[in-house]
Amino acid sequence: MYTLPSKLRLFSIVLMVVGAIGLVAGFVSAPSTVGDVKELLASHHDSHGASKKDHDVVDGHGTSDSAEAHESADAHGGDAHYEHVLHQLQNKPWAALYIAAFFFFMISLGVLAFYAIQFAAQAGWSPVLFRVMEAITAYLVPGGIIMFVILALSGFHVNHLFTWADPAVVEHDALIQGKSGWLNGTGFVIRAAVFLGGWITYRHFAIKFSRNQDEADKGDITWHKKSFKIAAGFLVFFIYTESMMSWDWIMSFDPHWFSTLFGWYVFAGLFVCGITTIALITIYLKSQGYLEFVNNSHLHDLAKFMFGISIFWTYLWFSQFMLIWYSNIPEEVTYFVTRIEDYNLPFFGMLLMNFLFPLLILMNSDFKRMNWFIVMAGVVILCGHYVDVFNMVMPATVGQSWFIGLSEISSVLLFLGLFLFVVFGALTKAPLLAKGNPYIEESKHYHY
Amino acid sequence: MASKVIHALYIDDDVLMDAVKKTRAAHYHIEEVYTPFPVHGLDKIMGLPHTKLAIASFMYGCVGLTVAITMMNFIMIEDWPQNIGGKPSFSYIENMPAFVPIMFELTVFFAAHLMVITFYMRSKLWPFKEAENPDVRTTDDHFLMEIDVANHDVVEMSNFLAETGAVEINLVDKE
Repeated sequence: MYTLPSKLRLFSIVLMVVGAIGLVAGFVSAPSTVGDVKELLASHHDSHGASKKDHDVVDGHGTSDSAEAHESADAHGGDAHYEHVLHQLQNKPWAALYIAAFFFFMISLGVLAFYAIQFAAQAGWSPVLFRVMEAITAYLVPGGIIMFVILALSGFHVNHLFTWADPAVVEHDALIQGKSGWLNGTGFVIRAAVFLGGWITYRHFAIKFSRNQDEADKGDITWHKKSFKIAAGFLVFFIYTESMMSWDWIMSFDPHWFSTLFGWYVFAGLFVCGITTIALITIYLKSQGYLEFVNNSHLHDLAKFMFGISIFWTYLWFSQFMLIWYSNIPEEVTYFVTRIEDYNLPFFGMLLMNFLFPLLILMNSDFKRMNWFIVMAGVVILCGHYVDVFNMVMPATVGQSWFIGLSEISSVLLFLGLFLFVVFGALTKAPLLAKGNPYIEESKHYHY
Repeated sequence: MASKVIHALYIDDDVLMDAVKKTRAAHYHIEEVYTPFPVHGLDKIMGLPHTKLAIASFMYGCVGLTVAITMMNFIMIEDWPQNIGGKPSFSYIENMPAFVPIMFELTVFFAAHLMVITFYMRSKLWPFKEAENPDVRTTDDHFLMEIDVANHDVVEMSNFLAETGAVEINLVDKE
């Protein structure tokens, strides 16, 4: 049995407290009037002195109504522009909260899918890692509830994250009106409840069956067979709901824009994050003297997945990018134009972190067996995918007014603390070896 | 001078792996092992040095990437620039996304083909090459371990091999 070290417990609580304080400060310090924004921008210009030019010319707002807003900004001598920036800055702490909440939620969702695949594929190498995976999926419940609350608030326009939730915007927008059968607050919340309910239900029974199998008599694999069946069923449910989740929770930030492979793209991101987290937590537990039955062949396999799914993610990223770039259709290409113009560094930096770095670091077979390399690549992959989510959410919510500031860092700390607290707490609930699994001996002797 | 070798035949890859381990532990010299299919991990147990094929493959891939870039830069940018999809930018880097699939394909093409050819050359395989296989059954369902007799006692050796699970043990003169 694993016991939660008091230091780790304290560390995660400190992270949560610091994050929560920072996030509250982020919300409080967001400007509330146009006057505040003018002051803020003025002081910003002063501090830059010579580089005054870069903020004088502000066109394009990263949102769908950019052209319209731009015209009115000219007409009103710039006051409308300040108001626009005000809205962006008011959105910023919400968007930061949303990104961090989704990022840690998607890690546990990715692990849940990976876990189900192990059962459905009847994999023999991985059962020694099942308890680590089960613990990571424990975050699905608190993380899912938090996501649901944020989504409900956004869907009913308590904040301004989703433009389609704002009746004033929809009134003048024929495209969103056409989509309002799908994109409306009620439907949005019902769908979120169905997705989250389905995933959490699968998790509940998967964990229960896995624990029951531990207690079963030798040779009795009834519970394992049940695990197999629900895993297969879940995967079918998952790939549909995950796809729809990605339209609802992420793609609808840009309600005019759509991409047909977006669900796969988000899936590849959450999958690689989940696998990376399994590897990192496994390495951590091994370094603490637990999981003595996990050998470096298991880690090698996880690292192969990290390498492979990173490339798969890049493949999808590129497939989406190249077709839109090549066809150059205005309503599609604006998505990438705003990202390349306003988010140049995170947009291309993310490609280095999510593709080039893992490609070069994890290509060598021997490196995949060295903890040091896996941890280094893993940390970069996780940061890279945080930036990926950032790039998907921020352009439509805060436009050009983005920067990694107090709210962003605090919300990551908050959810990191919660994640560690829940996951390592869940590890203490059951023995670290799923001893009843019929493949456990094969897995212990797994050797490449 | 002809040397004597022992051919020990096995019918199961797990038994063979075990036998290889024991034979090496007993300090007999294994000349070669013939198997009907690639046995996973056999090279490590036999103590064969790690293959350098992966490094060669990486370099071939780099060559392929370079060929793709130089070729397309010459064809599409320098020699005969074309207006495709309204993108006549005459700059390789600005048109790069369109070239990525070709860059990828040629990297894979060069890496794969040159790696296979390297493997053939390194294993001394070419068309009409006579098989070196000492026993045709190793192309079907038998595993053959060839052990150098050197100055060991033949009877003692064959008893040892029989214990490791060999189904047939032959003493052979090798050219």
